[in-house]
Amino acid sequence: MAVLNAKDLTLKYDQRCVVDGLSAEIPEGKVTMIVGANACGKSTLLRGLSRLLKPAAGAVTLDGKDIHSLPARELARTLGLLPQHPSAPDGITVRDLVGRGRYPHQGFFRSWSERDETAVQRALEATETLALAERNVDELSGGQRQRVWIAMALAQETDVLLLDEPTTYLDLAHQVEVLDLVTDLNRQRGTTVAIVLHDLNLAARYADTVIAMKDGAVVAVGSPLEVVTEGLVRSVFGLESRVIPDPVSGTPLIIPIGRHHVPANELELVS
Amino acid sequence: MTITTSRVNPSAGTPNAGSGRPRRTRLLLNRTAFLAAVVVVLFAVSVLLGSYTVTIPDFFRILIAHLTGGEKIPGASFIVMENKLPRAVIGTMIGAAFGLAGALFQTMLRNPLASPDVIGISYGASAAAVTAIVVFGASGAAVSAAALGGALGVAAIIYAISSGGTLRGTGRGDAAGNRLILAGVGIAAALHAVVNFLMTRADIRTAADALVWLNGSLNSASWDRAGVLALALAVLLPAVVALAGPLRILELGPDAAAGLGIRVGATRLALVVTAVALAAVATAAAGPVSFVAFLAGPIARRFTGKASLPASALVGAVIVLAADYVAANLAPLLLDGTVLPVGVITGALGAPFLLWLLVTANRKDA
Repeated sequence: MAVLNAKDLTLKYDQRCVVDGLSAEIPEGKVTMIVGANACGKSTLLRGLSRLLKPAAGAVTLDGKDIHSLPARELARTLGLLPQHPSAPDGITVRDLVGRGRYPHQGFFRSWSERDETAVQRALEATETLALAERNVDELSGGQRQRVWIAMALAQETDVLLLDEPTTYLDLAHQVEVLDLVTDLNRQRGTTVAIVLHDLNLAARYADTVIAMKDGAVVAVGSPLEVVTEGLVRSVFGLESRVIPDPVSGTPLIIPIGRHHVPANELELVS
Repeated sequence: MTITTSRVNPSAGTPNAGSGRPRRTRLLLNRTAFLAAVVVVLFAVSVLLGSYTVTIPDFFRILIAHLTGGEKIPGASFIVMENKLPRAVIGTMIGAAFGLAGALFQTMLRNPLASPDVIGISYGASAAAVTAIVVFGASGAAVSAAALGGALGVAAIIYAISSGGTLRGTGRGDAAGNRLILAGVGIAAALHAVVNFLMTRADIRTAADALVWLNGSLNSASWDRAGVLALALAVLLPAVVALAGPLRILELGPDAAAGLGIRVGATRLALVVTAVALAAVATAAAGPVSFVAFLAGPIARRFTGKASLPASALVGAVIVLAADYVAANLAPLLLDGTVLPVGVITGALGAPFLLWLLVTANRKDA
């Protein structure tokens, strides 16, 4: 198992500072959701954690070792990443795509081993994409395609998996399906999972730990019950809301309050 | 759902799990083998047929006589050994080199426009070669050397412009690739002006020489040139083989590739250098035979159903051999004996194909 740690991390695009002096830990064997408003630096943090962006200052460590000091393939055997917009080459089959997740495990004079085959098979089974294995990825629906990409990340067999908004463009049923799948992975294999997620309600339901970010800094860390409050929603999103227990899971459920469709007494309460 | 049944069935798990993969792989291999056969046939056609026909037994007698120093057939020996055979050998090699160069660029940047002839590398070679011909009165090997230098120099400039921080790191997504293409198109336009300027200043005979070179021609094929080209390919082909694996991962996008342990910046640089070198040596040998690099990858992909480097190399060889046969043997029949440079034929093929590609690609992406 592996612990991913960011210490005094500063991340910049060109000269623009997006994350400034941030410290955070992705707890081992847990599902961590990184939430925050648009452009708060949450995707950037994920890029920093996964070595896509070299820190301007500070460091990201995996089991105490700086991830930038590790050979790329060695790191990829422990730390997996599903970016926001991966692209499938034309005409590639599901099985072929998932098989590419085995790349970091293969040597220079590699041949496809029994272990690779088993890993791909397990990934296809876990994501229920076995029936699609010989289909072209271009032919699949958005939800199926996302499952296939997750299967590729599973085939990589890493201890830590980072996902950047894995539910974007998916309908509600598929969003839930993807998060269930990731939770299965966490519960069954003990994989440490960190997800950048837009939907605060789903994040609160599926997270063991929530990291809330604002303007490139962490404003709150903890279990959803401790962290997701009306005050947090106000400070992070600038939105008035009521937070009630989710009738299904008991986790915090955010009911936003806008300017319309709100009874008068509720508006008074807010102001 | 069928998923649940296959999940329960353990036999779906191990030995015959890849039942579909061998079928697809076999299709790819069959189609690639077919392309290789087409190359062999076209090679034979261009050596044996045409304005001077040689029978197969004669060909082998000539070849054996040449190798063992035996008795030569007057006339035929010279035409086959000094003209037709080196021409076909160079045609095959530059076709393969252009095809690979184009496919490497197109696959790496995931954009069919990203071939060395579209992004200005061929223009670099042209501008340098025309300068050498027109300004310095160079010919032969000196022109080739100038073309090689021009192609590499322009590639370095394009790379430097486009890399402004993003190509070397992984930056954000695909911006780096698009910048490379746009920088290349810009440079190509500027170099085009240079070529035109030099052409208008040159006297008519020099300009005619330069024009033949600019169109890409196998007319001056020789064994010396074939030898240099073979040597260059002997270095570059192993590099392509070594890069083919990382390229397959890079196809998934820079972020996903980085997540799978590819050093995106270094791998891209190695790919660019290899592809540019392939295009440059081919251009140095025969001039910028237009659109071969651009056409080979997409045709190979449509034909084999998948991006494939070997198939792209073979398609490149097929295009050059076929176009050269048409240019050297069929065109004179229609044009009162005028032998066209091979690049005229490939150019005439390329433009409609580009339009067709744009039309069909838009429809698919929408």
